[in-house]
Amino acid sequence: MESFDETELRLGLPGDGGDATVAMHTNGKRGYDETVMDLKLKLSSNDQDTKNDQDKKVFCSVVGGGCSVNPPTKAQVVGWPPLRSYRKNMMSVQKKSSLSRHEEVANGGGGGGGAAFVKVSMDGAPYLRKVDLKMYKSYQDLSDALGNMFSSFTIGTCGSQGLKDFMNESKLMDLLNNSDYVPTYEDKDGDWMLVGDVPWE
Amino acid sequence: MALSFPEEVLEHVFSFITSHTDRNTVSLVCKSWYEIERWCRRRVFIGNCYAVSPGIMIRRFPEVRCVELKGKPHFADFNLVPDGWGGYFYPWVCEMSRAYPWLEEIRLKRMVVSDEGLELVSKAFKNFKVLVLSSCEGFSTDGLAAIAANCRNLRELDLRESEVEDLSGHWLSHFPDSCTSLQSLNMSCLSSEVSFSALQRLIARSPNLKTLRLNRAVPLEKLSTLLHRAPQLVELGTGAYSAEARPDVCSNLAEAFSRCKELKGLSGFWDVVPFYLPAIYSVCSRLTSLNLSYATIQSPDVTKIVTQCPNLQSLSVLDYIEDTGLNALSLSCKDLRELRVFPSDPFVADANVSLTEQGLVAVSEGCYKLQSVLYFCRQMSNSALTTIAKNRPNLNCFRLCILEPRAPDYLTLEPLDNGFGAIVENCKQLQRLSLSGLLTDRVFEYIGKRAKKLEMLSIAFAGDSDLGLHHVLSGCDSLRKLEIRDCPFGDKALLANVSKLETMRSLWMSSCSVSLGACKRLSQKMPRLNVEVIDEQGDLDSRPDSSPVEKLYVYRTVAGPRLDMPSFIRNMAQNPTYMR
Repeated sequence: MESFDETELRLGLPGDGGDATVAMHTNGKRGYDETVMDLKLKLSSNDQDTKNDQDKKVFCSVVGGGCSVNPPTKAQVVGWPPLRSYRKNMMSVQKKSSLSRHEEVANGGGGGGGAAFVKVSMDGAPYLRKVDLKMYKSYQDLSDALGNMFSSFTIGTCGSQGLKDFMNESKLMDLLNNSDYVPTYEDKDGDWMLVGDVPWE
Repeated sequence: MALSFPEEVLEHVFSFITSHTDRNTVSLVCKSWYEIERWCRRRVFIGNCYAVSPGIMIRRFPEVRCVELKGKPHFADFNLVPDGWGGYFYPWVCEMSRAYPWLEEIRLKRMVVSDEGLELVSKAFKNFKVLVLSSCEGFSTDGLAAIAANCRNLRELDLRESEVEDLSGHWLSHFPDSCTSLQSLNMSCLSSEVSFSALQRLIARSPNLKTLRLNRAVPLEKLSTLLHRAPQLVELGTGAYSAEARPDVCSNLAEAFSRCKELKGLSGFWDVVPFYLPAIYSVCSRLTSLNLSYATIQSPDVTKIVTQCPNLQSLSVLDYIEDTGLNALSLSCKDLRELRVFPSDPFVADANVSLTEQGLVAVSEGCYKLQSVLYFCRQMSNSALTTIAKNRPNLNCFRLCILEPRAPDYLTLEPLDNGFGAIVENCKQLQRLSLSGLLTDRVFEYIGKRAKKLEMLSIAFAGDSDLGLHHVLSGCDSLRKLEIRDCPFGDKALLANVSKLETMRSLWMSSCSVSLGACKRLSQKMPRLNVEVIDEQGDLDSRPDSSPVEKLYVYRTVAGPRLDMPSFIRNMAQNPTYMR
């Protein structure tokens, strides 16, 4: 099982309320513990859960997003502060293009819009998995899910219990029921990925 | 009969007098000096294109080579002036094309320029050399193509911060192969990609090219190719400063930069990837001017750059530099004259970066040549302002923008009257001042008493009553431009100071308490002012005199009411219900 202590996971809260995106800064092949992720989570100010979220430690994201929790957007007065449209346009264009670059990376391989897919690898596993971070509400949830995903490799794929666990996570239960083989594909990083983690759309 | 001094000698003497104000003074000495001066005036500056007409200019100055015109009021930069306001270049270029066949230079600011106008420029003036369009709009890249194609001796094409309808990058390819005269090209405001090979060849055949400001579409990987062809560059604006992190590309770029021994100014830096910043380190020691105000890089990266620039005179940055970076600046850049700090996230209430008044205090302490400040921040105190004022009595331009309107001294919760009062008291040469924060009439009392050299004043969300405006209009002897928004200033102060307005270039007041009736009375008292009421609600004719006007623009003019006003602007002298 991967140790998640070395995982560098940084949460940054948006100043512009963008949807969740994932940015990856990588040098060469990535392992999970080397992946640096900047998550921008949209926190609804009406959500009662946000009080719990505010207790989490937050670090500023690299892209210079807001540091404060739920920063209220100011009601904008015309022409205030006194900044030229040229400057305002340039700054928002740069913000948008850096966001869209991150979305491209996150969705590489056909991920659905709005999902936050991150690649997960475990040493010795024959293929990698992708998790949608939006599915999980806490680190414990994520940890449990990853444990389930990879437990089949420690318990042994032949064991019925291991297979059951594995099949619960997979979207291709029919195929898996009938064979000892699973469909995989090689993505642009040269990693073998289990087919089905990322929705077809 | 008295022997008169030969005209030729006087002309020769006058040729050494270049400042516009000095030449204007010379022309007032006596009639013969007026005559001699007007025939040998080569450069004309018109700060308000509606203060005079093309015909009047041409009649007085028949042999002009360089014309500079300004159009819209300054607050147009912040979307306070509606579209269609005016400032059209075409009527000027029409008459100049007939009267000034040898015109060489045109410089425009905040004017509406059309493709037809640019085409006329390119064809009517055989020796045309310099076109500077600063914050202009209304034209497309087709107009630029005409300039490129037809101006055989073009030296300078500068589009700084103009809004151009960008149809394609093809315009650049219209520069003929025979054009080798280019010294300055600023296309940073354009978005379309130009043909890289055309750009490369243009640069290669322009041995005198000193200033090159690329647009964002020029990729970083190709920058070193361009630099190799122009090692003589003095000012460079990069394109997008991002690429995949590749050490070979970075070292190529660093090597190309190091060959530019004359490079003194850098700008551009959109989409910065910090990996490539070290490429500029070799030129930092020579830099006098650095514009990182679009670079979204964090404090350590910015600090690393500025601390390597001991000769820096002018710096523009985002507030990512933070107080720590400004402190480092104050220790490293002892020659700094001008500092501009822009906000990275102006519409968020809470500070996203650690930039406070302390950064500016530090710079005011360490940079003893500092003259010009533009500073956006979220908190300020009277004590900080007083410290800054005492540190830097040589300030001539101080523009402070505290992002929250009416924000008080964050330490004492008092108004910032005393702080700004200290500024105008200590900085006796102050020519330009922009106020912000919580301010009462008292600050205007200080300004009226002390700011005797002040020429331009910008006020927003300040003051308590007419008394504030009255202090300024009655006290500031050198005032030329006054722009006010969202202040409780009204009729009394305006009508008590009508003659002052003829000594100024212009007055702008929007969202204040000035009534329609007062505007009519002002216009009646001062026939040589254009009193223009801007009101987009559409019912000016039926409004009572007591109703407040949205926006008021008053300026002196010898050209009478202008003929190109849109329906939402009325000159009060032409008010149909007003009978003389």
